[in-house]
Amino acid sequence: MTPLLEAKGISKRFGGVQALKEVSLTIAAGEIYGLIGPNGAGKTSFFNVLTGLYSADAGAFRFAGKPLDTGSPHRVASAGISRTFQNIRLFANMTALENVMVGRHIRSRAGVIGAVLRDGATRREEAAIARRAHELLAYVGIAERGNDLASQLAYGDQRRLEIARALAGEPKLLALDEPAAGMNATETAALRRLIVGLRHDGLTVLLIEHDVKLVLGLCDRVAVLDYGELIAEDEPEAVRRDPRVVEAYLGANYA
Amino acid sequence: MLKAKPFAGVLLAGLALAALPFVVGAGMGNAWVRVLDFALLYIMLALGLNIVVGFAGLLDLGYIAFYAIGAYLYALLASPHFGLHWPAWAILPLGAAVAGLFGILLGAPTLRLRGDYLAIVTLGFGEIIRIFLNNLNSPVNITNGPQGIARIDALNVGGHSLAQPLQFFGLSIPGIYLSYYLFVFLALAIIFITLRLEDSRIGRAWVAIREDEIAAKACGINTRNIKLLAFAMGASFGGVAGGLFAGFQEFVSPESFSLMESVMVLCMVVIGGMGHIPGVILGGLLLAVLPEALRHGAGPAQQALFGRVLLDPESLRILAFGLALILVMIYRPAGLWPSPTRRREFAKADGS
Repeated sequence: MTPLLEAKGISKRFGGVQALKEVSLTIAAGEIYGLIGPNGAGKTSFFNVLTGLYSADAGAFRFAGKPLDTGSPHRVASAGISRTFQNIRLFANMTALENVMVGRHIRSRAGVIGAVLRDGATRREEAAIARRAHELLAYVGIAERGNDLASQLAYGDQRRLEIARALAGEPKLLALDEPAAGMNATETAALRRLIVGLRHDGLTVLLIEHDVKLVLGLCDRVAVLDYGELIAEDEPEAVRRDPRVVEAYLGANYA
Repeated sequence: MLKAKPFAGVLLAGLALAALPFVVGAGMGNAWVRVLDFALLYIMLALGLNIVVGFAGLLDLGYIAFYAIGAYLYALLASPHFGLHWPAWAILPLGAAVAGLFGILLGAPTLRLRGDYLAIVTLGFGEIIRIFLNNLNSPVNITNGPQGIARIDALNVGGHSLAQPLQFFGLSIPGIYLSYYLFVFLALAIIFITLRLEDSRIGRAWVAIREDEIAAKACGINTRNIKLLAFAMGASFGGVAGGLFAGFQEFVSPESFSLMESVMVLCMVVIGGMGHIPGVILGGLLLAVLPEALRHGAGPAQQALFGRVLLDPESLRILAFGLALILVMIYRPAGLWPSPTRRREFAKADGS
């Protein structure tokens, strides 16, 4: 297994709360990796540290064989890590298409002079951005909603749009923060197909999820956080039987 | 055939813009052409502020400082005050650059602020610039303090001073008409630049920051640079307008750059329709012209109605302005001519 992302000893403290305590984990290229744990276990904190929204107190990441600079979110995005948010964060008053076009920002160049003069290179780039955005909307299955405002999309479509926007940044690793939250069974099944398709197309997926059935059924490996500490990292079957995990999170029903 | 229509439209609009000062001047007197000139300056300011407030969503209450910087730069470089007489074509771009630099100076320390907090800091910045201009006359006299700088060189284009009438095929075109044409040209240039920027990678990044800064960061937008760019672009338009103002008035003093002026330009943006370029132009035009109309019309109207002037036209002007603001905010909260998306956004907010 080739590691894509290695976290080493990541710690983060908020005042008196140790949100992350020396978390070390390794995500292999091409796998679907689940991150689970009770509420407040530090899953989203881990995402925020990884994507540069918070700075870690200690520890470091290696990504695609190189040290990852998590100093600012745009550098993480440009290195090839895109994310979605637990409580959907779309650009509400932009159309679905424009949302995805913003996602191309990091993979395009045009500056003020290009934008004003609209030279050949800029026009080609704009056309490529729009074309790719249309493709991605179709890829996640909301091609016909491109001209609707993001705020007017149905809930499940908003989740899909957020994924399309993240994909626009051409990530190697896609980090999804509770993508199935609030979805009904049909939407969850569709999401599952989408994630499997992403992996099939060569992406590595990091998934925070509370839907245990989804996580255990979908992921190649699962890490469990509890009170900021990594208590297990293994294949779903092994994690399901781990007594510490059962006690901290899953409960007797899943054992 | 397909291309003929827009071309004819552009031609007609061009002719109308060219004829406007003659129509206004003949019908209402040259004082109104002067009002028109000022309206164009305000439109440039409103478009500049619209980039910061309307696109990037950063509330700036000190915008007039950039106008002041452009104006004083022109005044210092083209007046007997320092004995410098640089040509306008050199000063105006320099004014844009210097104002843009000050935009970055203001933007850099306020990057983490939003909303009310940003508004307070920018308000302070505007006042600091004005107070500096007011007091930089000792120990070294730079700005000539509250007396301002007089006898500034008039704007000139191709060696012809815009203070002098131009003889054109036996027709004498007054200086204020010539200024009008220069201002129209520059306003159109600013409109063009703003439209192009709006529909570009940069414009989308600005709106993304307005909509959700954290999501914008996660999308890989370097929010620091893109915000500074918004401040710099907006400020540079203000700098150009300021230079034009100084060369047009041939006099500048700190009192032209009070907080009330910043508020006025912000009102143009908000009343017109934040983030919507046609709306902002309308807002600038209305708020520059209507108060003048009231000032000139209120006295005679009262004379005719009551036989004497009951209310001082100047205070009536402020009163009517306040009333208009309240009415617009109640009945058209998204502005008089909002962008289609903004209108929907406000309609939705009403519904829920």
